[in-house]
Amino acid sequence: MNIAVCVKEVPSGTSHKRLDPATNRLDRSGDSELNPFDLHALEEAVRIREGGADVAEIVAVCMGPPSAQRALQKALALGADRAVLVTDPALAGSDIAGTAHVLAAVVAKQDADLVLLGQQAADADCYVMAAAVADHLERPVVTQVADLTVDGSGIRAKRQTEHGYDVVAAPLPAVVSVSDAINTPRLPSIKAIMGAKKKPLETLSAADAGVDAGRVGADGAQSVVRSIAPPAAKSAGVTIEDSGGDSAGKLVEILAGKGLI
Amino acid sequence: MALLVYVHHDDGELSPQSLGVLAKAATLGGDVTAFVAGSGVDDAWAGSLGGHGAAKVLVADDPALAGGLPQPIVDALESSAREAEAVIFGAGVVSADVAAGLAARIGAGIACETTEIALADGGVVATRPALGDTVIVESGFRGTGIVLARANAFAPNEAPSGTAPVERVAVEVKPWSQAARPAGREEAEVAGVDITEADILVAVGRGMGGPENVPLVEELAKAIGGEVAATRAVVDAGWVPYSMQVGQTGKTVSPKLYIACGVSGAIQHKVGMANAGTIVAINKDPNAPIHEFADVSVIGDTLTVVPKLTEALRARG
Repeated sequence: MNIAVCVKEVPSGTSHKRLDPATNRLDRSGDSELNPFDLHALEEAVRIREGGADVAEIVAVCMGPPSAQRALQKALALGADRAVLVTDPALAGSDIAGTAHVLAAVVAKQDADLVLLGQQAADADCYVMAAAVADHLERPVVTQVADLTVDGSGIRAKRQTEHGYDVVAAPLPAVVSVSDAINTPRLPSIKAIMGAKKKPLETLSAADAGVDAGRVGADGAQSVVRSIAPPAAKSAGVTIEDSGGDSAGKLVEILAGKGLI
Repeated sequence: MALLVYVHHDDGELSPQSLGVLAKAATLGGDVTAFVAGSGVDDAWAGSLGGHGAAKVLVADDPALAGGLPQPIVDALESSAREAEAVIFGAGVVSADVAAGLAARIGAGIACETTEIALADGGVVATRPALGDTVIVESGFRGTGIVLARANAFAPNEAPSGTAPVERVAVEVKPWSQAARPAGREEAEVAGVDITEADILVAVGRGMGGPENVPLVEELAKAIGGEVAATRAVVDAGWVPYSMQVGQTGKTVSPKLYIACGVSGAIQHKVGMANAGTIVAINKDPNAPIHEFADVSVIGDTLTVVPKLTEALRARG
């Protein structure tokens, strides 16, 4: 069995996320990192292999700027055997529909039985990529999976909905997005980080990937940003820096002052 | 302008999130058609969506639509969607999957986490807060627009009355769309306490470290006269039951006081508790999104602060 894990490079949690007013796109000039939600998908792929399933290959797939190679290096350090980056100036400004088209085109070339994704990208907060990729690939999908069992021929996936937990079974090949509660990703060892540099990282252009140029980039985007504005001003909250629990008294004082206790 | 609203239901129980976007769509001045999918759909039940804002209801009725899984619904919805200027979805796990699959199928743009919908310049315009709700982004579409709402962004009609004409559509479900099968449900536990009724909630998030530390939050809740709530992450991890969960797939609460212990403040959680009177966040990560919207932020170790706070409340008597 082969597993493909779709990953994304996002601005790091500690860098300031902003939209570039000139382009209405995400400003990617700050620090970036592997989307934290994707760590769970990579971890799950490794656990499936460690759990005894016959996993021949784990490939990490990414669409992004050239700097996304670093995110893929991390994916390799976390257990992917090889990585594929689709990077092309023509892809900049692609919307969700365009990105799903690109990921599906690349994944289709990887001979993957199971495609894993994180449940959302930390920068966009959408939960839609897995189902969009699955529709392109014409494969079954289960999203936001909190518990996954894989055997040679199929998957059993448990996921939370508004009504509790549903269990869905599907044959392979299939597409699954995992919840961030499915596992606790491990940290890569120094050895794994060094080893990652020796693993293959292939770079493809949009044409190499077999992408339909009319569906990608800003010109192919079907959703168009019209305006960006600051949110309505909200009165700033009170911040207390705690040291050894000394905030408790102050907190009680504030709550009492508001008549809440 | 033709607006198609996908109305999700769980074995006949209509999604309030879908009814919310249907009510919103009815205020926009377009031609609002509701779309329901299922097996053995009752015409009168479908027609009652007229009371929620639909001028017409399309029904896709096929045994393949019985399981409530998203992919057959995409097949059922596809041809109606192609004729609409916009297809609008309320928040929900299955609704989001249907919206995403449909966007791929018809090559349409999709706007997620939408909190405002309008018609302008011959098309639909969707507005969302983005980047941790630090900017408000307004998007339009080339061609059909797919709009997916944020949880609780739109409220259903409180007093629905009237019916709409029902029309049945032809359904052809693809074989691969039926490959995934429902394999059981673990119903939400119905616990004794209804957290939506509590005046004070103390929420446990993953920053509490592990299930062994949940008693620290329980003791704080007891000391302050509140109930314990939780984030999806800790419910999924099995620390506490689903009935305690606040957020997108959990409950929506508006207590007078919400004390979030080790809660990051992800959007999925925020949509369930943003209307609390006073929000107190205890989290050691100064960059956690919850500090952006908390009224009182304590930057500190929850495992230290929570018991100290319990102690201070008890000392006060």
